[in-house]
Amino acid sequence: MSGRIVIAGTGAVSSAGWGVRALIDALESGEAAPVSNLERGEVHTPVRRVPENAAGVPKSARLRRTSPVSKFAAAAAIEAIGPERLAQIAAGEWRVGVIYTLLNGCVNYSNRFFGEVLADPSVASPIVFPETVFNAPASHLAAMLGSVSPNDTLLGDNAEFFTGLEVAAEWIARGDVDGCVVVGAEELDWLSAEALRFYSRDSVPSEGAGALYLEAGEGTVKLLHVPDAVPFSQEMDRSLAALRLRETLAPKDEPGTLLVDGRCGIGRVDRAERTAWENWSGPRLSPRAITGEALGASAAFQCVAAVEAIRAGRMDQAIAFTLGGNEQAAGARFGR
Amino acid sequence: MTRISPGSSIGQRDWNRMDRGTRLAWWAAREALESAGLKGGLMPIVVGTSAAAMPIGEDYYKRAMETPGRRAGQLLRTETYQVQRQMTAMARHLGVAGPLRIISNACASGANAIGHAFHLVRSGKAERVLAGGYDALCQLVFAGFDALQALSPSGVPRPFDAARDGLALGEGAGFVVVESVAAARARGARVMAEILGYGAATDIHHLTQPHPEGDAALSTMAAACRMAGVSPEKIDYVNSHGTGTPLNDVAEGRAIQRWAGESVAGVKVSSTKSAIGHLLGGAGAVEAVICLMAMEGQWLPASLNVREADPVCSFELIREPRDAKVRTVLTNSFGFGGANATLIFRKEDKA
Repeated sequence: MSGRIVIAGTGAVSSAGWGVRALIDALESGEAAPVSNLERGEVHTPVRRVPENAAGVPKSARLRRTSPVSKFAAAAAIEAIGPERLAQIAAGEWRVGVIYTLLNGCVNYSNRFFGEVLADPSVASPIVFPETVFNAPASHLAAMLGSVSPNDTLLGDNAEFFTGLEVAAEWIARGDVDGCVVVGAEELDWLSAEALRFYSRDSVPSEGAGALYLEAGEGTVKLLHVPDAVPFSQEMDRSLAALRLRETLAPKDEPGTLLVDGRCGIGRVDRAERTAWENWSGPRLSPRAITGEALGASAAFQCVAAVEAIRAGRMDQAIAFTLGGNEQAAGARFGR
Repeated sequence: MTRISPGSSIGQRDWNRMDRGTRLAWWAAREALESAGLKGGLMPIVVGTSAAAMPIGEDYYKRAMETPGRRAGQLLRTETYQVQRQMTAMARHLGVAGPLRIISNACASGANAIGHAFHLVRSGKAERVLAGGYDALCQLVFAGFDALQALSPSGVPRPFDAARDGLALGEGAGFVVVESVAAARARGARVMAEILGYGAATDIHHLTQPHPEGDAALSTMAAACRMAGVSPEKIDYVNSHGTGTPLNDVAEGRAIQRWAGESVAGVKVSSTKSAIGHLLGGAGAVEAVICLMAMEGQWLPASLNVREADPVCSFELIREPRDAKVRTVLTNSFGFGGANATLIFRKEDKA
């Protein structure tokens, strides 16, 4: 990678609000987004929702019938790519790849469609079904951009965003695309919100999208290193995987480097990550504790925060690190 | 698929926790490793799937609706619904350790997975990769295709027939070991074929309908040929995406016409979905394996059930399987969302 890939833009839609500024303000103030209840009969699930903002949704015919995840992904990607490149893409002068990473995806429409199927399959909606497919948000995004370049949807645990960065760097290095937007996006629904709480009653499910736009060349913030993720296995449990990746990303303490970690503020869940980084003396940010658990979007928020700290001149280098739930430890290093 | 295969190292509890699709994937992946002369090892795994472990999600949904707030069994369903959890377990049971990539580009997923593996090896990032795709039938997906009126009412898929009336869903898995030539030769492995080219592009015409002129299909076929350094005349067989839906087949047919130009009459095409159905996320990988079998056995697979070929078939539609010289093959895979992929394989010359 050695400095060839730069982060040319960031985008975010989170429980803190629409746009990167809202996310960064929340992280800097340390004020968590408000909690509301997702009601289903007698089941009440506390969640941190993305605030309503119809004006924040990009205007596109493709987005009219989509569920929130596609709207979040589109808004974050548009913000990350920026108006100049958007015009070039629309004019066919710039080839942009789209990579969408997720754990859960279009659960609202899956819930709705399957409910219709169980009630009466003969009248289940043909409009809703295609929106249940995992790659629907990436498809809408590509269509909205007018991009016919490669477009991949990657499934994984909440550390999958880093695989997206790795694939984007591969595409750019090979010349398959001129730039690539990587988006991690999720939406809230009672199905997944209740499921997440089975892991911990203290977990607060959330939603949103984070995006990085990558290009080759020179720029303020470079993608310095995306090591291979460390997969969990019989010989490599979460704790060992966390330690192994930490050794790869930052074998020594670096007081001048920002660590944007994946801790959520729940002791049991954070234990392995806390142990792996216990001798870290540099500054730290923990976006999950502020935004809530946004699954595939959370690691994207971490990367946005890492990049913005460098872009704002506060740090020269930053590391984003996520210990996923059931697949991998993954991370990336960004720098000037 | 409810009982563990003889000789398997998988315990009953782990087998019970595998969804049907993962069981299919495990079978195919194990066969691929055996065929490659490998007993697992360090290598990345790249997998394509569209429905993933949806039947477990369906079960979770039904129980959540019947008894809201009841936790019994739901955590396990939540955990085993997650495809990365299933694939991590599969890797463990195969004795394979390495980074995992799960691609979900609808019905092109399996081809994309092999394409990713090809690039990982080609770039030197990996010496070998286990790659493939899978999907099992499930209620939500079956009802979805039914709602779209994409299923053949007759139940007989007739890709490229003038009176085709839709697709038949199938299920299955296909896996290959993609390895550098040097690494394969160094360990004396049998090389079934070389991957020459891979093309991927996005059809932005519509979420579920291809561009009527097959623009993205043309783009991936042309890109794969450029990478392979072959012209359409050098392709001995095209395994088409050929779903049997009215819109897909005519769009792909137009793409083949545009790609082959004046040589189109000599291009041999079939859709093996006519025999095994549409395997969704597994389709591209299983069809890649069919291409390898065709090269291995020197025969052409057929499009079955064709009574009168669609007028778009200016190419030679193979309607009966037959012996043929098959050295270079091309396979197309297209999916919802406009995911398009093309792979080109060539049988290795015998020294």
